[in-house]
Amino acid sequence: MSARERRLGALCATPITLFLALGFLVPLLVVAAFSTMPLKVFDLAHVPDFTAFAEVVRQGYWKSLAWSLGMAALSTLILFVICWPLAWAMVHVFTRFTLVITVLVVVTLIVSENIRLFGWSLTLMKGGMIEGMLRSWTGYGFDGLLYNVPVIVFGLVYVYFPFMLFPLVQGIAMVPGDARHAAADLGATPRQVLTEIELPLASPGIMVGGLLSFVLAAGAVAESKLLGGQAVIVISDDVETAFTYGQNWPLGAALAIVLIVVVGSLALYALARLDLDTVMGRGER
Amino acid sequence: MSAAPILRIERLTKRYGDFTALHGIDLEVADGEFLTIVGPSGSGKTTLIKLLVGMEEQSDGAIWLREKRLDRMPANRRPTCMVFQSLALFPHRSVGENIAFPLKIRGEGRAAREARARELLDLLHLPQDYHDKRIDACSGGERQRIALARALAFDPQILFFDEPLSALDYRLRKTLEKELKALHERTGKTFVYITHSLEEAMVMSDRIAILRNGRFEQIGTAHEIYARPRNRFVARFMGDVNLFELSGGAQGPTRVAGLDIDAGVLASLDAEVREHDTVMVRPERLRLLAPDARAEFVTDGRIAASYLLGSRRQYEIDAPDGSTLVLEAAADAPGSQKLEPGRQVRIGFDRRDVHFIAEHAA
Repeated sequence: MSARERRLGALCATPITLFLALGFLVPLLVVAAFSTMPLKVFDLAHVPDFTAFAEVVRQGYWKSLAWSLGMAALSTLILFVICWPLAWAMVHVFTRFTLVITVLVVVTLIVSENIRLFGWSLTLMKGGMIEGMLRSWTGYGFDGLLYNVPVIVFGLVYVYFPFMLFPLVQGIAMVPGDARHAAADLGATPRQVLTEIELPLASPGIMVGGLLSFVLAAGAVAESKLLGGQAVIVISDDVETAFTYGQNWPLGAALAIVLIVVVGSLALYALARLDLDTVMGRGER
Repeated sequence: MSAAPILRIERLTKRYGDFTALHGIDLEVADGEFLTIVGPSGSGKTTLIKLLVGMEEQSDGAIWLREKRLDRMPANRRPTCMVFQSLALFPHRSVGENIAFPLKIRGEGRAAREARARELLDLLHLPQDYHDKRIDACSGGERQRIALARALAFDPQILFFDEPLSALDYRLRKTLEKELKALHERTGKTFVYITHSLEEAMVMSDRIAILRNGRFEQIGTAHEIYARPRNRFVARFMGDVNLFELSGGAQGPTRVAGLDIDAGVLASLDAEVREHDTVMVRPERLRLLAPDARAEFVTDGRIAASYLLGSRRQYEIDAPDGSTLVLEAAADAPGSQKLEPGRQVRIGFDRRDVHFIAEHAA
């Protein structure tokens, strides 16, 4: 990269840098400052105090964190299994239909996530569409399908579907067709073509999709609240409670910092192994 | 070469909707032969290679590998292998892993794979330390050799090539053409090579098959096709050529358009005119005649242009009847000097320089 290109790049990146500094970095620092604020002081100019972090450990908030990370991991895995065949077909099988699917999936993003989840809530609740219909036809009812862990995972899969699908499409499109044909020509079975050629060559797309779904799902709160009821408490729920009902800002901030550090280091680890230029199709050949 | 063909294509037809890419073609390839299928773009050569490696299915006909139907085997079970135009190397694998890929697929152990990959590096004149090199750190010529090594690791009964040299610069291509020919001799494998470049075909192949509009125009050795083309298309396809119309028989006295012909030779053409309608002479068989020199076929002309082709010089000569003749002479012949455009010349050739073509009898 020449000095001229670097200058031009820096210039183009200035607006977004300023925006991210103000809108992302500053709040993050404020949260970090809150997390080390002594209890009941409410003053940003203070000697750092780590009692809030001690409380996080002592009061067993790790359980919420584990639920969040566990459900995020499970939903990411399910998303991958669901989206891979569809993404593969969107690249290799469907022609005009690919555009239809793309539009349909994007359209769901126009409606707010909470409204869509309420829709599911009305569908799955006791007396809702499914249970209510069954009861009116057969006379037998049940407790509805809400308020358990599987339904939360279902909600996560449902909401973050596009965030896995599109990166996978991009990743699969990056696999050169000739590489697949050549592998088959050299004797590889379809399964071997998948494991030896397609998965490794699509891995940038898999990483991006996995990262997006996992990070978003780990911080998600609406699914567990609207569909899960109080079946389990997720970490974002704890953060919210600490800031609002609990009025314990240091604790809320400390919980947020823990989540950010865990998820952030996972993301950085993955991004470090990923060449974004390749994903954007500008990698060196 | 054994007598029984290793590959036999029988009335192979491929249609795409209304368009017929291959019109029931037949071809036999002998065991150990280097056969090149040459054709301009749109001739059907890409379709043919796709059928041969199983990327597409034919509409009609059959492909036999000795006594077995090759076309009925799925692509990954065919004991043949192809070197792709794009080479299709695997960018996420090292050079050694690329070469040993077919062995990994067969489940061979790490040690056996590495040993074979290193043997093939030697065979293809690649340095041993390339085993762990990244593909994108290799040059174009090196990638060619890696792709070849990978195909040989598969140990195919027939090796197909889909224009693998077309992306390379001229000098590297020339080098690799000769390497490929040498490799063919060393391995004794059957090579079926597809290209649009006649030059490539002539340098490397035992036989050449010329494909045009989904049909073979002619199949034979390079020399056969060059010296005795079956029709005008092949004659022109194989390089610069002078074609003269031969007429006579029922239409009147025998004549060759634009030429004065020795009386004795003219009488002997009466027999040819019954079966042929074209007289072909290659540019190197035309001679510039001194004022008192004689030839069996003679015409006047005016130099229109001249080009130096290294050791030879090519002249374009306007004939009195409006046609343009092509003549090639050694550029450094003693006493020869370049003829300037505009100069009047006499040119001629003899009966033994001529090949007769039956364009409409075929």
